[in-house]
Amino acid sequence: MSTADTATVPAAGPADLAGAGAGTGTAARGPVPAWLRLFRSELRLIFGRLRNLALLAAVAALPVLIGIALRLAKPQGAGGPASSFIDQLAGNGVFLSLIALTIMLALVLPLTVAVVSGDSVAGEAGSGTLRNLLTVPAGRARLLSVKYAAIVIFALTACTVVVVASLAAGAALFPIGPVTLLSGNTVPLADGLVRVLFVTLYVAAALSALGAIGLAISTFTEHPIGAIAAILMIGLISEVADNIPQFAVVQPYLPTHWWLKFDSLLRSPIATGDLLHGLLSFGLYIVIFCSIAWARFSSTDVTA
Amino acid sequence: MSAATGGTEALVSSAAAAPVSVVPVDSDGLAVTTRELTKRFRRQLAVDGLGLAVPRGSVYGFLGPNGSGKTTTIRMLLGLIYPDHGHVALLGQPIPGAAVRVLPRVGSLVEGPAFYTYLSGRANLARIDAADRTADPGTARARIGAALDRVGLLSAAGKRYRAYSLGMKQRLAIAASLLKPRELIILDEPTNGLDPQGTREVRALIREIATDGVTVLVSSHLLAEVEQICTHVGVMRTGRLVFQGSLEELRSRGSLRIVVRTAQPEAAAKVLAGLGLADIQSADGEVSALLASQTPEQICRELVLADVGVAGLETPRPNLEDLFVGLTGEGFDVDG
Repeated sequence: MSTADTATVPAAGPADLAGAGAGTGTAARGPVPAWLRLFRSELRLIFGRLRNLALLAAVAALPVLIGIALRLAKPQGAGGPASSFIDQLAGNGVFLSLIALTIMLALVLPLTVAVVSGDSVAGEAGSGTLRNLLTVPAGRARLLSVKYAAIVIFALTACTVVVVASLAAGAALFPIGPVTLLSGNTVPLADGLVRVLFVTLYVAAALSALGAIGLAISTFTEHPIGAIAAILMIGLISEVADNIPQFAVVQPYLPTHWWLKFDSLLRSPIATGDLLHGLLSFGLYIVIFCSIAWARFSSTDVTA
Repeated sequence: MSAATGGTEALVSSAAAAPVSVVPVDSDGLAVTTRELTKRFRRQLAVDGLGLAVPRGSVYGFLGPNGSGKTTTIRMLLGLIYPDHGHVALLGQPIPGAAVRVLPRVGSLVEGPAFYTYLSGRANLARIDAADRTADPGTARARIGAALDRVGLLSAAGKRYRAYSLGMKQRLAIAASLLKPRELIILDEPTNGLDPQGTREVRALIREIATDGVTVLVSSHLLAEVEQICTHVGVMRTGRLVFQGSLEELRSRGSLRIVVRTAQPEAAAKVLAGLGLADIQSADGEVSALLASQTPEQICRELVLADVGVAGLETPRPNLEDLFVGLTGEGFDVDG
């Protein structure tokens, strides 16, 4: 996701420099502080909005509920993607974070990212505020880069909230100590937490790829609800297709295929093959869909 | 954006020749120019070969019935919509090619106010100011306060936009265009939906802005709303400009009539007919006719010589509203 940030910021650079030279000369500031100012404004807008805060609150509450449920009744011989973590949970609360991420990646986390990314451009277009920003002028490249950077930050925040809430609930409900990895060897607690941090970043990168798809869809409509529904639908279709054996040929190319490969980080040595494949997939999705978003947004008539 | 500027090569190259750091001198003294501006939406030709010329320092009334293409034109002026053909220049710089450089000097209100309903008026203006890369964040608070004060919204600055009345929303939108000193202000239907009091306030505000030498382009579907403040007008009908010029030129296009108040209308009518005046109409104690080359003095003399008692004689200024309706057509004949 950091690659996307550094790739989009300089795109607004030359225009900014030209603007500073011929502008009214109110402030001799560089394009970077100006970009950061708009970025801060965008973050305030996203994190100041009650709807988004409610989403984050739900995202924080769910790991606690999962933790309580697993404390009360440990599922016997449970299948599913989270089962290997659930087996470990009774011995170590750290695993609640991995269980929560696995379960919530199915729907809840994609939903939060779909809401914010689907709303990003379509919401401004629908309310008419887009024309205000563009006539300021915010600059189309600059505005789009700010929008995407804010989506990435929101995705990272949602993942962090899940992990922090589950670590807190895990510590309260289960014992905490050295972490036994999926490969069988045990590492100190600090080492385990560092691995959880990397898992968080990996999942945030996965959701940033979905956010890029969301940003692109958002530039095609003035109706944020339609955009949000479309993004969610793409995520769900991808997950379903990923579980149908007949689609094995296309599965590596699906946006959600690599999402749960973060379990590689919990082996020793770390299986980097899957992780790198996953990061490559996310990176490609980000590049392709940010390009689509830019192609659409830079050429479209703003009639709303 | 570069693809869209392909059609404006001539303007781009002339602008590029000027040193970038100097405010470009516009030799024509025009704040807004468009040439052959054309935009088609699906099957509908919204704007058709438009050639606007808005002199610097003028208050330009951009008139036309609803749906005549005013808002589409304004959106093209501001780079929101890309034209199919033709060129736009604001303050001597091509749009959309130089939009990033020119638009900071242009304040605008397009198609009614649009803000975040869950933010206060002040927070909404802060959001707009944050998007402006040429705005100094150090002075933002003071500038936002001054803009709110100028439109009389300072006391409601902390209220959520959702709670604003229509008039307050409209004024907040005007405040947004006043966040920085501007050379050109484009206001699209700024009095739309306002009560007569609100309309008067907006008019006074525009007049005040214009006294600072700022060019104002204000669109309206009601001539009466802008007639008192405009120096120039452009009248649109079905995407075309049917009149453009000073208000005086518009008035002079009207046919001047002479009205004679007299106790002897028949005799007066005969004299007027003898002088070759056309379209003579007699009414109760009054005769009127279309004035051509004859002067009122000459007519008065002839009437007196013919022993017609003249109780009053006048050449009323042509009614602008009638001229306007004459140019744009009566209502309800929906264009398109």
